[in-house]
Amino acid sequence: MLMATLVGGLVLGGTYALVAMGLTIQYGIARTMNLAYGETMIAASFAAYLIHNTLGVSPVLGLAIIAPAGFVFGWLVYGILLRPLVARSKNIASLEINSILATFGLLFVIQGVMLVVFGGNYISYNYLNFGIEVLGVRVAANRLLVLFLAFVIGGGLFLLLTRTRWGTALRAVAVNPAAAPLVGIDANRAARFAFALGGALAASGGVVVSMYQTFTASSGVVFTMKALIVVIMGGVGNLAGALCAGLILGLSETLVATYISPGLTMAAVYIIFLGILLWRPSGLFGKVGK
Amino acid sequence: MKLTYGIPAALAALVVLACAPLFVGPYWLGLLIGLAGYVTLASAWALFSGRTGYVSLATVAFFGIGAYTVAVLSEAMPYPVVLLVAAGIGLGVALLVGLATLRLEGVYFVVFSFGLAELVRQLVTWYETSINGTLGRYIFLDFGPEHIYWQLLALAVVTLLLTWWIGRSRLGLALKVIADDETVASHIGINIAWTKITLFAVSAVIMTLVGAIQSPRWTYVEPAIVFNPTVSFMTLIMALFGGAGRLWGPALGAIPLFLLFEWLSANFPDHYSILLGLLFIIIVFLLPRGVVGLFDDRFGTRRAEVQPAASGEGAGK
Repeated sequence: MLMATLVGGLVLGGTYALVAMGLTIQYGIARTMNLAYGETMIAASFAAYLIHNTLGVSPVLGLAIIAPAGFVFGWLVYGILLRPLVARSKNIASLEINSILATFGLLFVIQGVMLVVFGGNYISYNYLNFGIEVLGVRVAANRLLVLFLAFVIGGGLFLLLTRTRWGTALRAVAVNPAAAPLVGIDANRAARFAFALGGALAASGGVVVSMYQTFTASSGVVFTMKALIVVIMGGVGNLAGALCAGLILGLSETLVATYISPGLTMAAVYIIFLGILLWRPSGLFGKVGK
Repeated sequence: MKLTYGIPAALAALVVLACAPLFVGPYWLGLLIGLAGYVTLASAWALFSGRTGYVSLATVAFFGIGAYTVAVLSEAMPYPVVLLVAAGIGLGVALLVGLATLRLEGVYFVVFSFGLAELVRQLVTWYETSINGTLGRYIFLDFGPEHIYWQLLALAVVTLLLTWWIGRSRLGLALKVIADDETVASHIGINIAWTKITLFAVSAVIMTLVGAIQSPRWTYVEPAIVFNPTVSFMTLIMALFGGAGRLWGPALGAIPLFLLFEWLSANFPDHYSILLGLLFIIIVFLLPRGVVGLFDDRFGTRRAEVQPAASGEGAGK
């Protein structure tokens, strides 16, 4: 029982961590808070569902099309919707508020389109739905694949950002957007790239989620919410923090659902979130003070 | 010149609005109820968010708390007591949330308020299904739509008066300083956290009351109905459209948008949320300070300040 719960929590936590990494890049580097993030994810889930059910192609292969599509989508959203707001905003605080408001509108647009196209029903598909014995418990193969994918994608991203010259430039913008141009970094281009990269991660997260969970056109908000909580808990722009916070969130959710009541998971998440914020306002791994 | 006529004009409009139920049919009365509700919600939202810059996405959390309190208690207590209890619960939740989040940075508050409605909805659902055993309740109160309308109208007037009064009280002055520079504000002895929490609590109690008063309109109430996130969204868009920093701004934004939404939901039920989202983006892009701000720019009347547009000057002199 406990072992099964722990494995389930790891899978869920890995998904949250993967999803939150995209948001932490968007918020940490591009300095825009994207409330339509979950909707981007769910759109990718629907794409994976279509690819699997109509073309019979495995969602893992679908990822090769859907993730780049998410990248292009993020690129366009940033260029068309957010770039004018960035140019208009006088400081970081007003940019944050403006981007929240604009993407709040975008949330309803994407959700509305999905409702029109797919309707409001719960949707899932059968993919690798058989059990495998791990550590003495039977775990569905799709969940193991999800955990594997989350670590491969997340790990790849981590190496990309820390080991390449290009990732270093992105991180420089995150640390100090005003000083980055002084060393020859195009901050606008970096921001746009980071936002697009976040879009690709959102799309991957959506595909991964669709492999083992049911979803509806309106379930994006919950994912945005949890991703935001993970980002803030882990410290904005901090990938390792997002990983830890995601795992904490996934494990505590499964534990509460198993041992207390499935209806109280959200409350548990909120209590952890508030506790961490009051204890360390800049997140578990954030910088202390200003 | 115009200002001296402000108060009589507002009073005359109020009398006309108060008498309206005697002349109009049920459809128009329903429309007026919705309108009065959203004018109040948008004004209450702007009372806190328009002045502090903390964007709250939690309107429906309080609105739903009010509605649900009436649903649970309307059988057990007389109606005025139920309203008091609802206001009390709203106040309690607001203080709790305010104490926990308003000392943090603005974005954390937005994130928290974004999920607050979902949290309250899940808690109520959990309580109803696993402890109470049923989901959904009926509300039977023996008064007609015109009584609901008059209560909402009174609440709208109280909200506007309160906004006007806060604008010229010590609290309002403190808020202006905080909005300009928090460091200066704390150095001259303003308790920043408490100023914000007080205002947040006032605004939340009004939202709770709107939900409580409107709830008999539904007759049947369940969490998915009263915690509908569209309410938060519409309140926000109306206040922004009208101009959140001004006394009449939210009301002026609520009237045209409410009528537009009614028309859209009647004519394009399937594409409603797409149109809503697009409209929202357009408003954020084109009118950063709302319609009232646009008029200021166009006619160059006053600098952007929190000042009563019509009635304020006359009363002060």
